[in-house]
Amino acid sequence: METTQEIPQVRRKRMSADASLVRQLHMDGPLLSILAAVIAYGLFILYSATGENWGQWLSQVVRLALALVAMIGLAQIPPGWLRRASPILYGIGLVLLLLVAVHGSVSNGAQRWLDLKVFKFQPSEIMKLAVPMMCAWYLHARPLPPSLRDIGIVLAIIVVPAALIAKQPDLGTALLVASSGILVLFLAGLSNAVISIGIAAFAAVIPIAWHFMHDYQKQRVMMFLDPSQDPLGAGYHSIQSQIAIGSGGLFGKGWMHGSQAQLEFLPERSTDFIFAVVGEELGLLGQLLLIILYLAVIGRSLFLSSAAQTTYARLVCGGFALTFFVYAFVNTGMVSGILPVVGVPLPLISYGGTAMVTLLASFGILMSLNGHRRLVGS
Amino acid sequence: MFGSARIKDHHGELRLFGRRIIFAGIAAAILLLTVIIRLFFLQVIRHSYFADLSQGNRVRLEPLPPDRGLIYDSQGTVVAENTPAYQLELIPEQVPDVPGTLTRLADLHLLDHDTIPGLTRLIKTGRRFQAVPLRLSLSENDIAVFSVRQHDFPGVEIRTRLARWYPFGAQAVHALGYVATISEDDLKHIDRDQYSGSALIGKIGLEATYERELHGLSGYRQVLVNAQGRRVDKLGGTQVHLETRKPTAGNDLFLGVDMRLQHIAEEGLAGKRGAVVAIDPRTGDVLTLASVPTYDPNKFTRGISSTEYAALRDDMDRPLFNRALRGTYPPGSTVKPMMALAGLEYGVIDPNAVRNCTGGFTLPGSSHVYHDWKPGGHGPVDMKRAIATSCDIYFYGLAEVLGIDKVHEAMTGLGFGRLSGIDVGGEKPGIMPSPAWKMATYKQQWYPGETVIVGIGQGYLTATPLQLAHAAAIVAARGHNWRPRLVTAVRDSTIQTIRKLPPIEESMVPLRDPSLWDTVIEGMELVARPGGTASSAFVGVPYRVAAKTGTAQVFSLGQNQKYNAAALAERLRDHALFIAFAPAEDPKIAIAVLVENGGHGGAAAAPIARRIFDAYLLGKFDQAPKPVAPPAGATMEDLDEVH
Repeated sequence: METTQEIPQVRRKRMSADASLVRQLHMDGPLLSILAAVIAYGLFILYSATGENWGQWLSQVVRLALALVAMIGLAQIPPGWLRRASPILYGIGLVLLLLVAVHGSVSNGAQRWLDLKVFKFQPSEIMKLAVPMMCAWYLHARPLPPSLRDIGIVLAIIVVPAALIAKQPDLGTALLVASSGILVLFLAGLSNAVISIGIAAFAAVIPIAWHFMHDYQKQRVMMFLDPSQDPLGAGYHSIQSQIAIGSGGLFGKGWMHGSQAQLEFLPERSTDFIFAVVGEELGLLGQLLLIILYLAVIGRSLFLSSAAQTTYARLVCGGFALTFFVYAFVNTGMVSGILPVVGVPLPLISYGGTAMVTLLASFGILMSLNGHRRLVGS
Repeated sequence: MFGSARIKDHHGELRLFGRRIIFAGIAAAILLLTVIIRLFFLQVIRHSYFADLSQGNRVRLEPLPPDRGLIYDSQGTVVAENTPAYQLELIPEQVPDVPGTLTRLADLHLLDHDTIPGLTRLIKTGRRFQAVPLRLSLSENDIAVFSVRQHDFPGVEIRTRLARWYPFGAQAVHALGYVATISEDDLKHIDRDQYSGSALIGKIGLEATYERELHGLSGYRQVLVNAQGRRVDKLGGTQVHLETRKPTAGNDLFLGVDMRLQHIAEEGLAGKRGAVVAIDPRTGDVLTLASVPTYDPNKFTRGISSTEYAALRDDMDRPLFNRALRGTYPPGSTVKPMMALAGLEYGVIDPNAVRNCTGGFTLPGSSHVYHDWKPGGHGPVDMKRAIATSCDIYFYGLAEVLGIDKVHEAMTGLGFGRLSGIDVGGEKPGIMPSPAWKMATYKQQWYPGETVIVGIGQGYLTATPLQLAHAAAIVAARGHNWRPRLVTAVRDSTIQTIRKLPPIEESMVPLRDPSLWDTVIEGMELVARPGGTASSAFVGVPYRVAAKTGTAQVFSLGQNQKYNAAALAERLRDHALFIAFAPAEDPKIAIAVLVENGGHGGAAAAPIARRIFDAYLLGKFDQAPKPVAPPAGATMEDLDEVH
């Protein structure tokens, strides 16, 4: 495949009516358009959220380009290869996670990074892709709905990496990894009875989990329950974020005119809390537009997954679609104060490279699993 | 589904998957809808609440301190002004390590190590974003030292502020007082909002008593701040409308004190310990209020070091002690004219009756002899001669005839034993003893012998120089009692008009016959004439002077005073006292002079009064005091406040 010459061309023309090229590249036109809209919107708000920092903005554009390359590249890989590569990817991810636990470099008090000299690498990101793929790979050959034994094995596939990630500690990523696997299990047809038992078990585990949580994690949860307890300390993020959103009103204060964001009252304004900048500067309408775009991404992805031809493809696509939803919901929920503060970025918009690459990679896989259907069928 | 079939059922799976997908899609939509509802709640229903919070976040009120009112003497000369000075300030919320910062500043000699505990408390009790002055006046050298290390001290900066300056230095300090840094203690008594931008507050003297007039009203300026509390100029490229309310400057005070007279008084006392108080008997205006030794108030306004302060505090001559207002001394013979007045008023004595002074006096039924100061006595004296020669025997007898109750009543009317009500804080009432007072204080009854010595201003009787001057003024005004006051007029800073304060007349001292005043005053005039005890000081005086000398025995040393042998001998000498007013027929000035351990009043104290009288009544000013400019440095252009 001569992707190296075609990619720039595609990037220039992807919004055009030249659907045949898109199809040739195994891409889904509608999904690609929606993703492009979200990304453009994200770059627009990021310029303001970084405080007109061209350097940061450009480095985000560069990462975005890398992520697009990854997406398009992955879309070219035949679905069969992807399926067979799933356990290998999962295995590599697991080894890397163990390496991080032993050798990883510590930053911000958490051990998440693997220093590869050239660049630092977060193995937990691989698991966001590998866990749902591995679950789907396992369930692919088995009759569905899964038997209790299969459920047990899939849970083990999920829990081992999730626990390693939670121990780093990175609660946000652990949550995303675990939910991506569980969503695959749910789509595979987990019976309502098992779901009920699962929810009950989860509720029972909360106090135990609380016991094992780090102090800062406990504090975050406490602050979610009552942010006014310590408005300048642990509750600061939540309060400032709600002030930013609330003061934005229906139409917002205008692009680059949000005092909460521009004067840095809003912490992590370009990363985890960028949704509050949208709310402050572009108002309820701006946030509504973004949520509608997200719903479109989720809807289109779910549609594609339902149209997929193999169990593996369906489960992986559905899992990715719903994981994307979890990203969007957890972030917007935390920023608007209905969920506790956990480190989940706003998908495709928050500043930072790894999540962007992983997300677009997942869409690349999703497109591969759908874009090759005729080839698979013939 | 279909039993426990272990084979894949593709159609079943597809249906199941389809249902799950639809369910998941709906669930996702519902959950995102809850987010939207939450956003609607924040942005529409609670919008104004959050808009206020966001406004409060970015706009901060920066206090604008008012200019402190100036103080002028009676000639319109500025005696307390405001001049710019470089000040070292710390903004607590911008300082990562307050104790470490203070210690390092002290290591650079920019602070005194001893001030750190006080500053630490002040920083803790203040508001996080408000600047705390660490040092009020920096020298050029200090600024150079700090400037090269500024990056090591985030949150510490040099600002140019108006600081108090007293151009006459130590002169009149016991009247003016001084301002200094607001202490933790001061914060308990003041409206913090009004003082949020002020570094200084009146601590003592007029500066403290008239604090409300002088301070003015604080203004504010809205400033745009970022989350670190730093000022920013604009928000995302746009200018924001910000309000400013200018401060209202404090009111200016005009004193009755004439710095030229003050200068003569302090020169006259130079090298001694003592006090001079001069009062205009027609209004109660204090023309001079001197207590020597003095100290330089500018040291306090610019931040006095603990060693400098300790030196002042422990000085054997006690420069910080306000002798004029707070020094209580036995008035000695200066009370004799008042005793004569009491005798006349109560009709117990004929002023023309002659008594023979033999140099000794005994109470009936007692063998104790009370001696005259002059061995052998003065021979035959009438009332005026008794005053002129300060005959003790005459007044022993008069006191005995009057009895302590009448003496107490008469002397209290002339201001003894009670506060004069002068408009500056800290005065002491002295003691006008009575049997009731003695019973309350010592649980002892009153002895007739104690009345006898009160007749010559000894015993329990004590008075401050201010009280003596006030009593002299009452006699001079023939019973009119004007409350002593330093401030005669106030200039309102907002309308720039001078409001003259009407003098306050206290209840008059009533005499059954006003001509009785003249009898006593004629006696006092003899004091300054040949043959009188103060004649040597008033040789060739072109106006009529009524006076009385006094010599008070030093009964005991003050507490906690460590004297060496040579000093002890000097400090055991009598206090010299002198009261006077002139011109006797129409008095314009009344005075009391005290020289501690000065010996005889006529010799040590009267000459000072003579010089002041000559200056005030004849315009003889040999040398006027020279105002001193503040140390060079900051200029008005450097000021960091909006005016």
